[in-house]
Amino acid sequence: MATQSVLAFVGPSVNWWALLPQMILLGAALLIMLVSALAPKQTSTPFVTVTTMCAAITSYIVATGLWNDVQRDGPSSSIASAFGIDGFSIFFTMLILVALAATALLSHGYLDKEGIDAPEFHALLLCSAAGAIVMASANDLVVMFIGLEALSIGLYVMIAMHDRRQEARESAIKYFVLGAFSSAFLLYGIALTYGATGSTNLIHIRDYLGAVVFRDQHLLMAAMALLLVGLSFKVAAAPFHFWAPDVYQGAPSPVTGWMASVAKAAGFAALLRIFFAAFASHRIDWTPIVSVLAAVTLVVGAVMAILQNDVKRMLAFSSVSHAGYVLIAVQAATDQGTAAALFYLFTYTFMVLGTFAVVGAMGRDDDHPLANYAGLGRSRPVLAIGFTILLLAQAGIPTTSGFVAKFQVIAAAVNNKNYVLAGLAMITAVVGAFMYLRIVMAMYVDNEEQKSSVPSWHWSTKVVVIAMVGFTLLAGLVPQFLIEFAEDAVPILIRG
Amino acid sequence: MDVTTGWYLVLGALLFVIGGTGLLIRRNPLVMLMCVELMLNGVNLSLVAFAQRLDDIGGQTVVFFVLVVAAAEVVVGLGLVVAILRRRPGTTADDLSTLRG
Amino acid sequence: MVELVWLIPMLPLLGFLILLITGHLLGEPRAGWVATAFAGASFIATLIVLVGLLGKDSHAGGRSYEFVLFEWLPAGSLKVEAGFLLDPLSITMALFVTGVGALIHLYSIGYMHGDEKYSKFFLYLNLFLFSMLMLVFGNNLVVTFLGWEGVGACSYFLISFWHRRESAATAGKKAFVTNRVGDWGFMIATFAIWSALGTVTYTEIANSPAMSAATGTAVSLLLFVAAAGKSAQLPLYVWLPDAMEGPTPVSAMVHAATMVTSGVYLLVRMNNVLTDDALLVIAVIGATTALFAALCAVAQHDIKRVLAYSTVSQLGYMFLAIGSGAYVAAIFHVITHAFFKALLFLGSGSVIHGMHDEQDMRKMGALRIAMPITGATFIIGWLAIAGVPPFAGFWSKDEILLAAWEQKNIGPLLWVVGLVTALLTAYYMSRQVILVFFGDQRWDDDVHPHESSWTMTTPLCVLAVAAAAGGAINLPLVKDWLVLEHFLEPIFHHPHHFSSGTATKIALAVISVAAGLIGISIAVLSWMKRRIPTDRLEPEFLENAMYVDSSYARVVGGPGTTGFQKTADFDRRIVDGGVNGLARAVMKLGQLIQPTQSGYMRNYAVGVALGALAILVVLAWGLL
Repeated sequence: MATQSVLAFVGPSVNWWALLPQMILLGAALLIMLVSALAPKQTSTPFVTVTTMCAAITSYIVATGLWNDVQRDGPSSSIASAFGIDGFSIFFTMLILVALAATALLSHGYLDKEGIDAPEFHALLLCSAAGAIVMASANDLVVMFIGLEALSIGLYVMIAMHDRRQEARESAIKYFVLGAFSSAFLLYGIALTYGATGSTNLIHIRDYLGAVVFRDQHLLMAAMALLLVGLSFKVAAAPFHFWAPDVYQGAPSPVTGWMASVAKAAGFAALLRIFFAAFASHRIDWTPIVSVLAAVTLVVGAVMAILQNDVKRMLAFSSVSHAGYVLIAVQAATDQGTAAALFYLFTYTFMVLGTFAVVGAMGRDDDHPLANYAGLGRSRPVLAIGFTILLLAQAGIPTTSGFVAKFQVIAAAVNNKNYVLAGLAMITAVVGAFMYLRIVMAMYVDNEEQKSSVPSWHWSTKVVVIAMVGFTLLAGLVPQFLIEFAEDAVPILIRG
Repeated sequence: MDVTTGWYLVLGALLFVIGGTGLLIRRNPLVMLMCVELMLNGVNLSLVAFAQRLDDIGGQTVVFFVLVVAAAEVVVGLGLVVAILRRRPGTTADDLSTLRG
Repeated sequence: MVELVWLIPMLPLLGFLILLITGHLLGEPRAGWVATAFAGASFIATLIVLVGLLGKDSHAGGRSYEFVLFEWLPAGSLKVEAGFLLDPLSITMALFVTGVGALIHLYSIGYMHGDEKYSKFFLYLNLFLFSMLMLVFGNNLVVTFLGWEGVGACSYFLISFWHRRESAATAGKKAFVTNRVGDWGFMIATFAIWSALGTVTYTEIANSPAMSAATGTAVSLLLFVAAAGKSAQLPLYVWLPDAMEGPTPVSAMVHAATMVTSGVYLLVRMNNVLTDDALLVIAVIGATTALFAALCAVAQHDIKRVLAYSTVSQLGYMFLAIGSGAYVAAIFHVITHAFFKALLFLGSGSVIHGMHDEQDMRKMGALRIAMPITGATFIIGWLAIAGVPPFAGFWSKDEILLAAWEQKNIGPLLWVVGLVTALLTAYYMSRQVILVFFGDQRWDDDVHPHESSWTMTTPLCVLAVAAAAGGAINLPLVKDWLVLEHFLEPIFHHPHHFSSGTATKIALAVISVAAGLIGISIAVLSWMKRRIPTDRLEPEFLENAMYVDSSYARVVGGPGTTGFQKTADFDRRIVDGGVNGLARAVMKLGQLIQPTQSGYMRNYAVGVALGALAILVVLAWGLL
C-alpha cells in the first residue's frame, strides 16, 4: 500500500469553480478557432463578437458568484497555493472582463471599418484576457510569468493584425523586442528570488522573509530590483516607458485601449501582490525606489504629453503619467494606498477605454493629428460632450471619477507623510490638465478653412463611449460603492 | 579546483549580460531575437544552479515552463520579423523608427 | 423654512437640465425666460430661507445649520460628506449671487438676441449659478472645491463662448491655466488642513484648536494662493482683463459680481485659521493689486477693459480689508461692488449693444442723449464706485480704509495706498463717463446708437437703486444701523472692532471723499481742457492711440506717461511673462527629454538597461 501511494502521482487539489472565469474565456477562444476553421470561407464577425461578449458576460457572472463566496467564506488559494482566490484577484478579473467586453465591441467596429476578416483577433483577445486574469490571480512567480506572457503574446499579434499598415508592424516589433527584453529581466528576478528564498511561491517567500534575517541581502535586493524593472516596463513607468508612445500610436485603437487598460492593470496587480503582499517585510527597501519611479513617471508623462501634436501620442504620454499616480499609491505600502491604487485602476480603465474608443472612431487610416478634432463639438455634439467628460476625468476635474481617484491617491501619500510626492502629483496634474484642454479646445474651436469631414461612427463606439462616460460620472458623484469594492479587494496571501 | 554552483551562476549572469549587450548593439532583427534567447538561457542556467544548491526540484521545473514560453515567443517573433522582411528585405531595427517624438 | 436651503442650488440645476434636454426646442426667447425663471425662483427661495433664518435665535450658533446629504468620499480616516452649511455668511453671499444673477439672466434675454447659440448661453449661466451656490453653501472644503472648479469650468466656457474669435479661445485657455495654479493652492491647503486638524468640515475647523504658527501661516498663504487665482490678485490676475472676450453679461456676472469674489468668501470662511503673518502678506498684496490695477485702468481705451482693471483693483480693496482683519468690511464691499460693478458692466454692455459692437471709448461720446436710461444709471454706478456719499461704494470703501488705517504694523502706509487708489478710481471712472456719455459724438454717421430694450434697462434700473442705496445695510456711527455686521458677527472667531474715535473716523471719511472729488475734478478739468485744443486735432487724435496718453500726460506731467507706460509694460512683460515663462520652462524641459524618444528600439532598450542598472546600484548601495 505504502509503495503504491509513493508511485501513484497525486496532483494538487484544484478548485475548478475558481478557475472557471478564465476557462470560459479559453473555451470561447477555442470555439472561435474551431468554427472559423470548419466553417466554409468566412466566419462572420458578428458570430465572433457575440461569442466573445457571451464569454465575457458569463465569466463576469461567475466572478460575481466567486466574489460573494470570498466575502462569505474568506479568501483561499488553489493548485498548491499557486493561484489566489481573494477579493484582489476577483476585483481584477471583473476589471479585465469589463475591458474585454468593451474591447470586443470596439474591435468589431474596427474590423468592420477596415474590412478585415480575422476571427483569430477575438480569439487572441480572449487568450490575452485569460492571461491577464492569471497574472492578477497568481500566487506564484512562475504562474505570474506565464500569465504575463499569455497576455503579451496575444497582444503582439493583435497589434500587427492590420497587414496593410507599416506603423502597426513597426509598433508590434518594437513592443515584442522590448517586451521580451524586459521579460528576461523579470525572469532573472524570479530566478534570483528563488535563489534567495528557496521558492517561487509568494506565501513561502513572505513567510521566509518575515522569519529570516539575512546576513547578505545582495541577492534578494538584486532580485527585487529586476522584478521591479520587468513590471515597471509592463505598466509603462519611466524610464521603462519609451515603448509606450510608439506602440500606442501604431497599434489599432481598440488594441491601444486594451494595452492601456488591461496590460497596465495586470502589471500593477502583479506589482502589488509581489511587493505589497510578499515583500511587505522589506518595504523599507523598495518604497523609496518606487517613489522615485513615481516622481520621474509623473514628470515625464506630463511634460512630454504637452509637446505632442498627435492625439494618440498625447494620450499615450498621459497614460504614462497615470501610471505615476498609481505608483504613488503603491509606494505608500498601506492598505489605504493599495485600495486607492485599485480604485484608480478601475476608474482609469473606464476612462481610457472610452477615450480610445473615440480616438479610434475619429482617425481615418489611424492618423490622429489634433486638427482632425476641429469642429467636432458642432458636428457630433453629444459624443463631443462625452469625449470632453472623459478627458476632464483624466485631468482629475471634480464630479468625475478621475477626481475621486486622484484625491485618494494623494490622500494616501499625505497620510504617509510623503508631501513632496503629493505636491508633485498636484503640479503635474496642472501641467497635464493643459494637454487635455488642448484637445477639448480643438473640438470646440471652429476652423472654417479646415472643415474636416467627420467619419461616421460605428454603433459599437457609441455604446462603449456612453457606457464609459456614464460610469465615469457615476463613480465621480457617488463613489462610495466603488471605494468599498476596492477596500475589500486589498491583496491577501493565504495558504489553501 | 572545485566547480561549485557559484560558477554556474556567474556563467548564467555572463550569458544574460552578453545577450543584453547584443540586443543593444545589433541591428538585425533576427540576431536581436537570438540575443533574447541567450538572456533567457542565462536565466535558465541560474535556475538550474539554484535548484542544485537548494536541493529543490522546483527550479528545474521552472526551466521547462520558461522553455515553452520562449518557444511561443519565438514563434510570434519570427512571424513578425518575416512579415517585415518580406515587405522590404534587409530591413534593420533602425529602419523601424518612423514612430518617434 | 431653513430646511428649504437645498432648493437654492437645485433650482438653477433643474433649469440647466431642462435647457440641456429641451434647449434647442425652446429656442429664442423662451430658453432665456426659462433660465431667468429658475434664477429668479432661486432668489425667492433664498429670501424665504433668509426669513426663516432671521426667525431663529441669533446667539450661540443658533443661526448655523448643517444639512448632510450623503457621505461622498471616505478616504481612510477622512470622511467627506456632501452637505450644505447654512449660516449668515452663506445666506448673505447667496442673496446677492441669486439676486444679481437673476437680473443678469433677464438682461441677457435682450443682449443675446439673435445669437446662434442662444439657448446654450443660458444653459451655461444656469450651470454657473448652480456651481456658485454649491461653492457658497458647501459645508466643507471639498464641496466648496467642487463648486470652485465648476464656476471655473463655466467661466472658461463662457469666456470662449464666441470661440470663433481666436482671442476668445486664447483668453479661455489663459483663464484655465492661471486658475489651475490657484486650484493647486486650494488642493494643498485642503490636504494640509486635513493632516493638521483631521477634518475639512467648516464647523469642525472653526472649533479646532489653533494650528502651529508655521503650519497656520503656510495654510493661510496656500488659501491665499487659491483666492488670488480666482479673485485675480497679483501676480495671478492676468486672466481677468483678457476674460472680457466673453459676452458682456458674463463679464458682469462671472467676472465682476460673483465668481471673482469667491476668493474673498473662501478667506472669510476660513477666518479662524488665518495667522497674523499671513494677514499682513494678504493686506500688502491686496493694497498693491488695488493700486497697480488702478494705474492700468487709467491707460485703457476699451470700455470693458477699464472696468476689468477696475474690478481687479476693487478686489484688491477686499483683500486689503481681509488683511486688516475687517472681514465684515470685505463682505460689505463684495456686496456693494456686486451692485455697482454689475451695473457698470451691464451699462457698458448696453452701450456696446447700442453702438453695434463698438468697444473703443474713443469712438463714443455724447451718448447720454441717445441712451438716457443707460446714461443715468451708469452715472449712478460711477458715483458709487468713485466713493461719493451717500452712494453704496462710499460706505464700504470708507470702512476698508478705516480698517487699513488701524492695521497694526503698517496701517498708515496701507491707508495711503488705499487713498491714492481711491483717487485714481475716481479719476479713471470719470474719464470713462466723460468719454462715453459726454463731449461730442465721435462715432461714424452710419452708426445709430439707440436705447436698449426693456429687458436690458430694467436690470439697470434695479441695480442703480441698489448701487445708490446699498450702503444702507451697514451704516456706521449708530450701532443699531450696522445690520450686516451684527448679522455676520457670530461666524467670526475674533470679531473686528474699530478702535478709532468718532473724530478720527469722520476725518478719514472726509479725506477719502476729498480724494474722490479731486480725482473727479482732475478728470473733468483735463478732459474738458483737452477738448478745446483737440477739437481741431480730432482726426489725428482718433488715429493715434498714443496721443491720448500724451494728452493727459500734459495734465499729470511728463513722468506720468512713462510711469503708466512702464506699468503697462510691467504687466505685459514681467507678470504675463512669468506665467508664460512657467509654460515655457515646461516646454524647455520637454524639449530636453524629447530626444530620448528617438524611435530607435536600441535606444529604448538602453533606457531599460540603464534604469535597471540604476535600481540595482541604488538597492545595493543602500545596503552598504
